[in-house]
Amino acid sequence: MQKIMIAKAKELLQSGAVDRVLGWKTGEFAYDITPAVFETIEELEQSFVYDDFCGANLSKYLIKASRLDGKTLVFLKPCDTYSFNQLIKEHRILRDNVYVVGVPCEGKTDGETLKQHGIKGILGIGSQGDDFIIDTLYGEKTVKRADVLPERCQNCKSKQHVVYDELLGEDGQVLDSHRFDMVEKIEAMTPDERFDFWRGELSRCIRCNACRNVCPACSCEKCVFDNDASGIAQKAAADSFEENMFHIIRAFHVAGRCTDCGECSRVCPQNIPLHLLNRKFIKDINELYGDFQAGADTESRAPLTNYQESDVEPSIVYHKGGNR
Amino acid sequence: MLKLSLDRLNDLFAAVAADQVLYIPADDASGQARFQRWHDGLEMTGALNTVRSAKDFFFPQTENLVDFKLKGKEIEIIDPRTEHEDFVIFGVRACDARSFTILDKVFLVDPVDSYYQSRREHGTVVTMACTQPEETCFCTAFGIDAAAPEGDCSCWMDDTSLYLQPQTDKGQRLVDHLGDLLQTCDDSAVAAQQQSTRAVLEKLPFANLSLDGFDGEHLLELFDSEKWAELSEACLGCGTCTFVCPTCQCYDIKDFDTGSGIQRFRCWDSCMYSDFTKMAHGNPRLTQLERFRQRFMHKLVYFPANNEGEYGCVGCGRCLSKCPISMNIVKVAKSLGGENL
Repeated sequence: MQKIMIAKAKELLQSGAVDRVLGWKTGEFAYDITPAVFETIEELEQSFVYDDFCGANLSKYLIKASRLDGKTLVFLKPCDTYSFNQLIKEHRILRDNVYVVGVPCEGKTDGETLKQHGIKGILGIGSQGDDFIIDTLYGEKTVKRADVLPERCQNCKSKQHVVYDELLGEDGQVLDSHRFDMVEKIEAMTPDERFDFWRGELSRCIRCNACRNVCPACSCEKCVFDNDASGIAQKAAADSFEENMFHIIRAFHVAGRCTDCGECSRVCPQNIPLHLLNRKFIKDINELYGDFQAGADTESRAPLTNYQESDVEPSIVYHKGGNR
Repeated sequence: MLKLSLDRLNDLFAAVAADQVLYIPADDASGQARFQRWHDGLEMTGALNTVRSAKDFFFPQTENLVDFKLKGKEIEIIDPRTEHEDFVIFGVRACDARSFTILDKVFLVDPVDSYYQSRREHGTVVTMACTQPEETCFCTAFGIDAAAPEGDCSCWMDDTSLYLQPQTDKGQRLVDHLGDLLQTCDDSAVAAQQQSTRAVLEKLPFANLSLDGFDGEHLLELFDSEKWAELSEACLGCGTCTFVCPTCQCYDIKDFDTGSGIQRFRCWDSCMYSDFTKMAHGNPRLTQLERFRQRFMHKLVYFPANNEGEYGCVGCGRCLSKCPISMNIVKVAKSLGGENL
C-alpha cells in the first residue's frame, strides 16, 4: 500500500493537481512516526511511510493546511474520515482545498503498546503473516499482531471511508464492535464505585493538554483553559479536583461531536482511558435520540443541537430505567 | 559494599519507613510506574522508569508560596510552609539522579529558592543501577553511567540480592540506621553486573549521539536554522515533553482567589503553551515554531552556554516514548548538529 500511495502522491504533485501531501514520516525506529508535509518527489521517496504504526489522525492538521495556497492531498484512514467530515460540518476545514485519498487500515499500534506487552529494547519490527517479529536488545520476540493492537483498534467501529475523492484499495464496512462494553461495566457500578473509578483514573492527569490538542473536536481558536481572562485558566491543578473537572468539561464540550477516533487515549502519557467519557455520551445519545454517529455525514443535525418537541427528558427516561 | 537478600526487601522498606517517609517506584492502575508512598506489601515495579520523573519531589507541579488574608484594611501575609519531614526516594535511575544536579544549578544559585532547597535538604536519594536499558535511552551522551548511578546511596539488584553503596553522609546515615539487616560483601557481583550492563549500553542506538556544535559559539546559526520549520510542523503544542522531563524547570506564579484571600502558587509551565512568559503585550513567541525552538535551544544551547557546558537533558528517553507525534530532542540533535551544522 505504501508504494501505491507514494506513486499516487507523486502523480498528483507532478501534475500540479495538488501542492503538498499530508502523510506520515519515518523516524529513528520502526514505530516513532511523525505526521508530515511533503512538497517534493525527493521528500516522498526519502521518508514517506504507511505501515502498522501510522496511528496519528491527520484530519485536524487540515484546519491550517486547507487555508494555505493551493490544494493539499491528505491520506485518511477510515476512522480519520469521520473526524474530517465532522470538521467540514463545523466549517473548520475548507473542503475545496483538500484532496482526500482514502487508505485502508487493519488497525495501528505504537511503541508504547508493544512495551505494555513486555517488549523491551525495540530495535526493529518486521511482520510475517499475522505476527510481528521484533528484534530487540534482548533477543528476538514474536507477538501476534492482533494481541498488540490498542483498544480503539481492537474495537474498531468502521472500516468504511465516509468521505473521499479517491479510494486506494477496497472499502470496508461499518463494524459491529464491542466498544460500549466497558461503558456498560462502569454504568453497572454503584455511584461510589464509579466516583472512585474516575477519581483514580483522572487523578493521574498531569495537565499536559495532549488529549485536547490532538482532539479533532477541540478546535477552538483559544481554549477557555488557556485564556487568562477566563478566570479558570490553569496549567496545573490548583486543587485535587481540578483535573477531574477539566476532563468532564471537555467531554461535555465534545458531546455529539466526538467521532470516537480514540486519539485522546492514544496520546495520554498517563494511560487515562479518556475515550470512555466520550463513549458514555455517545451511548446515551444513541439510547435517547436514536443511533447517531458524529462525522458519518456533513449534513444531518446532531441530536444535541436539534431540539424537537418530541425529545425525551433524559433524567426522566433514566429515572424510569430507560431501555435497560 | 553492603548486601541484603531480596526476600527481605520488604523488611528493608519497613525499616526505612519507620524513620522517614519512603517512596518507591510501583505500578499504578494502568500498569505504568510512578513513585508512590510505601506501605507494607507495596512492591517495586518491573518497569525501567517512572512516567513522571523524580524531580516532582523537589520541584512539585504545584506548590503554595504565600497566602494573603484580608482583615479590614490590613493584609496579613502568611507563609504556608510547614517544616518538611525527612523522606527517602528509593529506586531513582542514574538519569533522574543527574537531573537533580541540573536543577540545583537553577534553584540553588543566588537567589536561592528556599522552597526547593528545603526539599533537597530533607530528601535522601537512593539510586538503582539499570540492567536492561531501553532503545530510547541515551544517558551515555551526557556522560552518565547507568551502571553506576550517583545519589546519596547507590544500589544494584540481581535475582537474589540488593547491593548498597553509600556515597554521602546522608546515605551513610541511612545504611547505619538499617544496622543488622545489611551484611558487608565484596563488589564482585556488582562488578559483573556492571560489565554486562555496559555491554548493552554500548549497543544502544543513540550510544554515540553527537552533540557537537551545540554550544554558545553556534547560537545564532542554530537559532536561524531553516530546519526548525520542518521539525516543529506537526507539534501539537501540548506540554507532554516538558511535564515528563526531569530537567524542565520553568514555572509560572499565579494567584488563586479563595473568596476570602489569595493563595499565591507556582506551577510548572511549558514553553509549548500559548501564554508562556506572557507579558503585557502578549506572548513573545507567537508561533509554535518559536515555542518548539525555545525548548531545544534552552536545553542544548542556552543552558550549556551558561553552565560550563552542562546540557539541560539527561537522556532518560521519556519524551521519545511519550510525544504524541514522536518528535523529540534526539531528532532535533541529529537534524541540526554535528555534520549538519
